[in-house]
Amino acid sequence: MAYTMNATRRDWLRTCFAMAASPGVLAAQQHAHAAAASPNPHFETLDAETAAEIEAIAAQIIPSTGGAGAREAGVIYFIDRALSTFALDDREAYRTGMAQLRQKRKELFPESTAIASLNGQQQMDLIRAIETSSFFELLRTHTVLGFLGDPSYGGNRGKAGWHQIGFEDRMGWEPPFGYYDAEVNREPMGGEKK
Amino acid sequence: MSGVTFPTTDAVDFLVIGAGAAGGVVAKELAVAGFRVVVLEQGPYLRERDYSHDEIKYTIAPGLTNDPKVQPVTYRKSEADPARPMKAIEYGRQVGGGSVHFTANYWRFHESDFHERSLYGEVSGAELADWPISYADLEPYYTKAEYDLGISGLAGANPFEAPRSKPYPLPPMPAKSSGVLFERAAKKLGLHPFPAPVAILSQPYRGRAACVNCGFCESFGCEMRAKSSTLVSVIPVAEKTGRCEIRPDCYVRKIETDAAGRATGAIYFDRNRREIFQRAKAVFVCANGVETPKLLLLSKSKRFPEGLANSSGVVGKYLMWDNGGEAQGVFEHPLNEYKGIQATRLIHDYYAADAKRGFYGGGGIDARFDFYPASFALHGLPPDAPRWGSEYKQMFETYFNRTMSLLAHTTSLAQAKSTITLDPDVKDAWGLPAVRVTYDYHPDDLATMKWIMERQIEILEAAGAKKTWSQPYDVADNMPSRHLMGTCRMGNDPATSVVNAHSRTHDVPNLFLVDGSNFVTAARQQPTATIQALAYRAAEYAIGAAKRGELG
Repeated sequence: MAYTMNATRRDWLRTCFAMAASPGVLAAQQHAHAAAASPNPHFETLDAETAAEIEAIAAQIIPSTGGAGAREAGVIYFIDRALSTFALDDREAYRTGMAQLRQKRKELFPESTAIASLNGQQQMDLIRAIETSSFFELLRTHTVLGFLGDPSYGGNRGKAGWHQIGFEDRMGWEPPFGYYDAEVNREPMGGEKK
Repeated sequence: MSGVTFPTTDAVDFLVIGAGAAGGVVAKELAVAGFRVVVLEQGPYLRERDYSHDEIKYTIAPGLTNDPKVQPVTYRKSEADPARPMKAIEYGRQVGGGSVHFTANYWRFHESDFHERSLYGEVSGAELADWPISYADLEPYYTKAEYDLGISGLAGANPFEAPRSKPYPLPPMPAKSSGVLFERAAKKLGLHPFPAPVAILSQPYRGRAACVNCGFCESFGCEMRAKSSTLVSVIPVAEKTGRCEIRPDCYVRKIETDAAGRATGAIYFDRNRREIFQRAKAVFVCANGVETPKLLLLSKSKRFPEGLANSSGVVGKYLMWDNGGEAQGVFEHPLNEYKGIQATRLIHDYYAADAKRGFYGGGGIDARFDFYPASFALHGLPPDAPRWGSEYKQMFETYFNRTMSLLAHTTSLAQAKSTITLDPDVKDAWGLPAVRVTYDYHPDDLATMKWIMERQIEILEAAGAKKTWSQPYDVADNMPSRHLMGTCRMGNDPATSVVNAHSRTHDVPNLFLVDGSNFVTAARQQPTATIQALAYRAAEYAIGAAKRGELG
C-alpha cells in the first residue's frame, strides 16, 4: 500500500490498517488479553533479536524524554501481536524492511553488531537514512498506535501514552471542558441557555 | 429484538432494503400506518453494549463501515484511468446505518438549495439543476424528523436559516472551547456564528437519556443511546408495532420484477450465504447513494437491460462528493477538545453561491475537533512538524489538548462523468461485482474549497491561534467520501431523472428509492436531515398510494 506524506484527517483510514478486518481486531485483543494474563510476557511473532531491534527504533520514534515513551508503553508487544492478527499482511514488509535496515546499519557502522546496541546518536542517523521509506512510515504508524491506541491491544501499558498527552478515557464529562469555555461560563454567551 | 417474523413466500406489503437513516424512518412510518414490513440490512444488528471507545477498532479498522476486504471498491479519476482497489467511499453498515456512527451534524437545506440552477445559471461542465420540490414542500418533514428523532439546536440563531414551523425540540449542546473561540472570532469579523444543530440529545427525550459528553461521536456508536440514530429512535417504534421485521446480515443482490414490469421482491444472501427470495407488494430501496444504484444496475433483466428503473440512463450518474477542507490552529491554553461532542458552533455566512467570486459554490464552516489520540499524533500536526524523535513527541503531547480544527463543508457539483458503475473485473466476497467509483472535482469545487480555506485561516487568526495550518484538498485527500449523493436523481422528467418528486421511480410504479441518491444538488454537505425529511415524505406518499390500491 502507498503511504502519503500529506496527511489529512481522513488519512487514518488509508494507512496500513485500512484493510484490516474486524475479526482481526478482535483476535488481536484476545491475544493481548491472553498474553497479559501470562506470568512471563513472550513474543508470538517476532524472535527476541528482531524484537529488540524494532523496539530500539520505536524508542527513537517516541523516546523516553520527558516521561514514558514507546519502551515504557510496551509498544513492541503491540507490534508483535498486530503482526499475528490484524496486521498479518504487513509481515513481509517487516521482513524485508528489517533486512534492509540491518544492511544499512552495516554500511553506516561497519563495526557494529546490532541495531539495538548502537548508541542513540547512531540509531538516529540510521533512521535518517530510511525516514522517507514506506517501511519507516509503517513502523511509525505502528509505534504511534501502540503508544496511543487502546491498551487492550497490548501497548499503551498503564495508559502511559494517554497520560503523556493528557487524555483520559471516561464515560462522560461535565462542562467546562477547557480553558476557553470555562472563561466564557462566567459571562454567558448568546445562544446559551443554562 | 423484533418479535415478528414473516414467511418469505407470502408477499409482505413493503420490503425495505437498508435499515439506515432513511430505511429506519420509512420502516417505522409504514409499520405504524398498519403495513407489514420486512427490512433487509447488509450489516449486523448491534446494540449500545457492543460499542466501545476503541480508536483502532472504529477509526482505523472498518469498525461500523463497509469493509473493503469483503466488499472491495475500485476508484479511478476518469474513464481513461485504470480503476484500482481503494476505499474511495464509506457508509455505515449495520442496523441504523450511517446514523449510528455519524458525527450527528443536522443541517436543514436553505431555500436556495432547491433552485440553484435558476438562481445561479448554468455551470460549464456540470449538470446543475433545480429540484422538483421546494424547501416549503419539505419543511413539514424536516420538522417531523427533528421531533421524531430528537435534534438539539437553537431556532433563529442562524440568520441565514430558512423559515421553520417549529423550534428544535431540544436546546443546543454546551459550547466547547473550540466553539467559544470560534464564536468570539467570527463575531469580531462581523460573521454570524450559531450553535450547531445535532442529532444528539441535550436533555432526556422520549425515554432516552441526555448526552454525557464522552467525546466519541464521529465513527463511533453511542453507548448512551444519546445520539439520535434510527437504531435507537424510530426502529424500536417500528418493531413495537408487531408489523416490522428487521433482518440483519442480509445482502440483497437483485430486485425481481414480473411480466408487467412491477417489483415482486428481492433475492438476498442471508448470513450463511444462502439465497432467499422475499416477496413483497412494493419495494423501498434505502441502501445509500452507492449501494442503491449498484443494486439497480445488478437488477437488470430482459425488460430492463440497462438496469432496473434506468430508462433514463442516469442511474449511477452525477455522484457528488463529501467536499471541504480542514484548517487547524494551536492555542496557548488547553482546550481539552476530546471532551464533548465534535462540533458545537458554525457559520453559514459563506453558504450562498455568489457569482462575484468568479466560481459557483459556497459552504458552511464548523469549529470542531475530530482527532482521537493516535490519529492526532499521526495526522493532526502541522505539515512541517517533525515526524519522530523527542521534538515530535513533545509536539504531539503539547498540541493534543491545545489544537482545534475548522472544517468547511462545501459544494460538490453534479457531473455526468462522476459515476458509480459495476467493476467488470473485481468481485466481492459474495461474487458480486465491486462498486467502481469514477470521480474528480469540478474546477469550481476546488476553487470553493480554496476560497473557503482562506476564510478558515482568517477566523483562526482572529481567534488568537499561535500557529495555523491547513490540510491539502486533493481528491485523494478527501477520501473516503462519506456523503454519497446524486446517483438516482429526483426530477419531473423521466428522460433525465430516476425518481419523481416523491422518490417513486418513473419506470416501476411500486419501487421507491430514498436516500442520498435522490439529491439533485449536494447543498453544502450534511445530507442526513434532508435524507430523513425525504424519507418521511416518500413514506407518506407511498402510504397514500397503497391505500389507493396503486401498489397491488
